[in-house]
Amino acid sequence: MSNNSMPKKNPLSFQLDLSKWEKASAAEKEQQIVERESVTFFKDGMRRLWKNKVAITCAFLLIFIIVAVIVIPMVYPYTYSQQLGVAQKGQVPDSSYNGLKPMEYGATEQARIAAGEKIFPHLLGTDDLGRDYFIRVVYGTRISLSVGLFASIIVLIIGTLYGSISGYFGGKIDLIMMRIVDIIYSLPDMLMVILFSVVFQQTLAPLIEGTFFEKLGTGMISIFLVFALLYWVSMARLIRGQILSIKQQEFILTAKALGAKPARIIRKHLLPNCISVMVISTALQIPNAIFTESFLSFLGLGVSIPMPSLGSLASENLSYIYSDVYRLLVPALTICVIVLSLNLFGDGLRDAFDPKQKK
Amino acid sequence: MSENKYLLEVCDLKQHFNIPTGLFGSKKLKAVDGVSFAIKEGETLGLVGESGCGKTTVGRSILHLYEPTAGEVYYDGQLIKGKKAVNEMRKKVQMVFQDPYSSLDPRMTVADIVGEPLDIHKLCKTKAERDARIAELLKIVGLNSEHATRYAHEFSGGQRQRIGIARALAVNPKCIICDEPVSALDVSIQAQIINMFEELQEKLGLTYLFIAHDLLVVKHISDRIAVMYLGHIVEMGPANEIYNHPTHPYSISLLSAVPIPDPDYAKNHKRIVLEGDVPSPLNMPSGCPFRTRCPRATEQCAQEMPPLAEVAPDHVCACWNL
Repeated sequence: MSNNSMPKKNPLSFQLDLSKWEKASAAEKEQQIVERESVTFFKDGMRRLWKNKVAITCAFLLIFIIVAVIVIPMVYPYTYSQQLGVAQKGQVPDSSYNGLKPMEYGATEQARIAAGEKIFPHLLGTDDLGRDYFIRVVYGTRISLSVGLFASIIVLIIGTLYGSISGYFGGKIDLIMMRIVDIIYSLPDMLMVILFSVVFQQTLAPLIEGTFFEKLGTGMISIFLVFALLYWVSMARLIRGQILSIKQQEFILTAKALGAKPARIIRKHLLPNCISVMVISTALQIPNAIFTESFLSFLGLGVSIPMPSLGSLASENLSYIYSDVYRLLVPALTICVIVLSLNLFGDGLRDAFDPKQKK
Repeated sequence: MSENKYLLEVCDLKQHFNIPTGLFGSKKLKAVDGVSFAIKEGETLGLVGESGCGKTTVGRSILHLYEPTAGEVYYDGQLIKGKKAVNEMRKKVQMVFQDPYSSLDPRMTVADIVGEPLDIHKLCKTKAERDARIAELLKIVGLNSEHATRYAHEFSGGQRQRIGIARALAVNPKCIICDEPVSALDVSIQAQIINMFEELQEKLGLTYLFIAHDLLVVKHISDRIAVMYLGHIVEMGPANEIYNHPTHPYSISLLSAVPIPDPDYAKNHKRIVLEGDVPSPLNMPSGCPFRTRCPRATEQCAQEMPPLAEVAPDHVCACWNL
């Protein structure tokens, strides 16, 4: 700092510190330039998402659950369908394995422990048929999550396509498309679900024989199909409503004046503007799907035995509410945690990717 | 460039909308009812009139944003008919919209907004070329290229209108339809934008159809002015001629409403206040649309629509009682 141009200051005077009024140097000017680095829409959204502690916690929780349900069945010594009391096929089951409390062991296992062997504990005991309960819950979570996820994606795709076409073109097309939706809407939901799953289970079995889908089982596939056929209507209505209101805005007219085709207008202008509705309703669709799946499993129409799902586990163990309450609580709480995290995360996503709410 | 070449011609353009009344009935709303004009290359035609007289509809019908009920639009001597011709025209004739707030997509960055016409008409082959063009366009309208990554809501009204203009310029149009481009801006910004329109016209040789309701703005920018009333052009002529010697009773009263900034002059200025309201376009009066409020109205006005007749060179007026 050069004081040459400045008169010297008397240390005792109240005179202003003139050095503060000196002209800024080039380096100081540089500091004053606040420039925001250029960011893409996605990056910008992610940055805002990171700031939302609740949403991020939920995201990590969900990721943790997803990783856990993939990894644990690989390393866990028992499988979900293995009856521990049956050492060999055709044998009379060892009833000491049925209905074990957490961390207890069956008769033969106790003998082996006494002989100095190390045996992996049954973390949550076993069920009535002597199957390890912990792995059944893990496996059930896996099934429920994938049903929820895939069903919602199917619903999202069909609903968005249908709703946006109907909303954008309007007029007679809209009238016809929406009456079809009304018809599907007016059918009794549960009756149709049950009917469809019965029909599909019968007809699908020969179709999928020998393919990858056979592993999934007809139950799972019929659940997906039922969702695809019935549950997209509310999504379609929601998207149509959004499109109808956004369509009136001038920037849609502008895009038309620029020569944009309907497909481009829907893809580039209309759908990005209803993304928040899509994210939220998909996030809400997942728990809905999980509930429907558990309801169907309860009726024996969902996942096929011995495959567990959270819903079927909960309903199977309802009778233990007075004795072994953990058997009901564990799958029920898992559903709660998944549903809650999905909702909070969906909220966070919407906030993050809505530039209008930018602070 | 020949002086007499018409770039854009509109012949007897009609735009009627069906307005449903009750369960089955519907009424015709005649937003534009037989409008004809032509704009020479490099010229600015100002279109004035009060709210709801069909100015904006004229602009939109020219671009076929609404399919015109009747009438023809010629661009450069070519009749615009069919999807292909319309699409071709949209590369040559562009539009700047009234509301700079709702005419920009809130989900898009400035680069995407300005680059959209380039993408639609596939004018840029590589991404680098596209970026360079966007930066160039932003520079033309007085924004800088760092603004490209921001969203429209981060800008002020004037800046947003500049973005809208940059978008219109992206396809290298010859003609721009300006649909009240300054009426949503405050006065100091209006001047900036108007001056920019003039600079662009000089630099790029643009032709404007300038729609506005602010008479002073229109007089400043236009070579010729057309006055509209209820879907009809009632008077058209050179800007100064219309401003100084209006002949149609509607133009006279419209011009008398222009505020005069000098109080000494304003004292002697007589404002002509019209009786009554504008009739509903759903229920148009017979004959001349203005006759219900016209001080000169006669029997003849109720029976027949007066044609546009020349009152001075290049100055036409539709009135029976001049």
